Amino acid sequence: MYTETTHDAAHGEHHDHGPAKGLMRWVTTTNHKDIGTLYLWLAFIMLLYGGSMAMIIRLELFQPGLQWVEPHFFNQMTTMHGLVMVFGAIMPAFVGLANWLVPIMIGAPDMALPRMNNWSFWILPFAFTMLASTTFMEGGAPAFGWTFYAPLSTTFAPDTTDFFIFAVHLMGISSVMGAINIIATILNMRAPGMTLMKMPLFVWTWLITAYLLIAVMPVLAGAVTMMLTDRHFGTSFFDAAGGGDPVMFQHVFWFFGHPEVYIMILPAFGVISAIIPTFARKPLFGYSSMVYATASIAILSFMVWAHHMFTVGMPVAGELYFMYATILISVPTGVKVFNWVTTMWKGSMTFETPMLWALGFIVMFTIGGFSGLMLGVAPVDTQYHDTYFVVAHFHYVLVTGALYSIIAAFYYWVPKWTGHMYDEKLGKIHFWWSTIAVNVLFFPQHFVGLAGMPRRIPDYSLQFAEFNAISSIGGFAFGLAQVFFLYIVIKTIRGGEKATAQVWEGATGLEFEQLPSPPPYHSFTEAPPVR
Amino acid sequence: MSPLKLAAIPLLMFGFGFALVPLYDVFCDITGLNGKTGRIEAAEIDASQVDTSRTIEVRFLANTNTGLPWDFQPLVKKMEIHPGQVYEAVFRVRSASDRTTLGQAVPSVSPGLAAEHFNKTECFCFTEQELAGRETLDMPVRFVVGTGISDNIEQITLSYTFFSLDKG
Repeated sequence: MYTETTHDAAHGEHHDHGPAKGLMRWVTTTNHKDIGTLYLWLAFIMLLYGGSMAMIIRLELFQPGLQWVEPHFFNQMTTMHGLVMVFGAIMPAFVGLANWLVPIMIGAPDMALPRMNNWSFWILPFAFTMLASTTFMEGGAPAFGWTFYAPLSTTFAPDTTDFFIFAVHLMGISSVMGAINIIATILNMRAPGMTLMKMPLFVWTWLITAYLLIAVMPVLAGAVTMMLTDRHFGTSFFDAAGGGDPVMFQHVFWFFGHPEVYIMILPAFGVISAIIPTFARKPLFGYSSMVYATASIAILSFMVWAHHMFTVGMPVAGELYFMYATILISVPTGVKVFNWVTTMWKGSMTFETPMLWALGFIVMFTIGGFSGLMLGVAPVDTQYHDTYFVVAHFHYVLVTGALYSIIAAFYYWVPKWTGHMYDEKLGKIHFWWSTIAVNVLFFPQHFVGLAGMPRRIPDYSLQFAEFNAISSIGGFAFGLAQVFFLYIVIKTIRGGEKATAQVWEGATGLEFEQLPSPPPYHSFTEAPPVR
Repeated sequence: MSPLKLAAIPLLMFGFGFALVPLYDVFCDITGLNGKTGRIEAAEIDASQVDTSRTIEVRFLANTNTGLPWDFQPLVKKMEIHPGQVYEAVFRVRSASDRTTLGQAVPSVSPGLAAEHFNKTECFCFTEQELAGRETLDMPVRFVVGTGISDNIEQITLSYTFFSLDKG
């Protein structure tokens, strides 16, 4: 591996050769920028695929009664929507950002393991093709919820579940390889002078996220392997008839599942910590406290998993512990939010599109954080559990949180990546359109949830009709806004006003200070100076 | 950190995922959560330890899981008991099938905190039970509730569920 890298570097001295021509460039590429682009496109395709399933869900829920789809198909839609958005859209988008940005932020020529990088990516299209193909098979796609609780996913699931299990294995292998690559890059390939505590926060949050990934993705792989052997090889991990316990599945799943939600939000914190200082024209307030807060959140994320299971029958001592530990997480998260607010305090703020998305993130992610606090309180969780209140909560943190940060990152770095400015007017329309729509979509779900509407149902009582109709209208508008985003992305790639090397007046960091826009295909073949 | 060393972490964590299964069991054994009951030999019971000042109601529940055509009932629905004394409850199972069927009972005690004090000297649980067509069988459970049980507990439910062991 290392000899190969030297060989490539020797080539680079003759002339800065660009990418190969044709389709095979993308299949065989080991370039971190190409692979980052591939990840981001995969994530966008998955966003539209998962989004189209959300449209079917909102269409069916537009009115009470069964109008458009069968209940079993509805369950397939909610399940696949969750799986595709979590594993197909949010996670690959962040890995794509890491591929594009980590090397140019730390002054490295490429990722540490470029060939494994190629493999990490190219596993994913196969995994998702396999997962999606189950929709057209006898028995249908997974219909047991994205959390695939046993025994629904073992004893009572169709044969297609084995495709799902194998797809999850592949996604896990891809994530673990990607994470190892990111850690190896960050720890071994920083330019001289780029000490750990000088790294941009995006690099820090990804370093910590990558450790979370290699710690919990294998536990998920273990959980689906236990499912597989329960289904076919006569084991009884989750089957009470053989001395197992279905609740065990939930413990194993959420031991993965809770760190997973931080895997989907920590890189977002890094993105926001890059954008806010640029447009406030002030350095980030409390850099080191940001690093420690991220690490604390990561460590705490391993100790709170059973707050997803308050209603399975837990002793009071257990509920108290998990409640206190959960609410403790709001302390480091609060540190972050207050640091962002303090960074903006008395700053010379301007409100270009990336800043709008970042501000939208802070406001609406905090709303999602507050509803999370409510859910973390064990005695009242009994009322909220498995209602639309939960749906509203995790969409506020995942859509207006994680997805908003990804879109913010796109607008912030796309001039650097392509050399073209996006259309500022269209970007602002995209922001306001999305932000109004997403609140019309998800805010009423708090109310129907508190009123008792359960999640994952195709039909509901009449008293929930108005809020669901409002929610559906917001849903369609939000969906359409992301098709509009696709237009903006293509327009920006094809052309636009030339971006300067620094792109933004207040931008700092190696990628803005040391590289032109767009950067050459091979950048930092010699380590840049680090101040 | 070298990539190979890093690769060891996911391998260990994959093993840890499986280790969670026995670890949770150990945790439940120590804390008495999860309704797993204790086991005690008849000789270990000391008759002088009976605490007649306390009375606890023990209720019995019997269920059969899907696919097992058995009628399963406790002969008495509930009992008033004193901690430290041995009692016997009888469960009657009757097969409604003409064929020979095979089942296995799994016990559960609630509240979970009572489970570690709920000791059985004889139990039909965790052994395979075969019933010929239309056969009726009485199955005794002998149990003693430990005197160390918390004062807060006034009622204990002992539940058995029969699962089918017939494959296919």
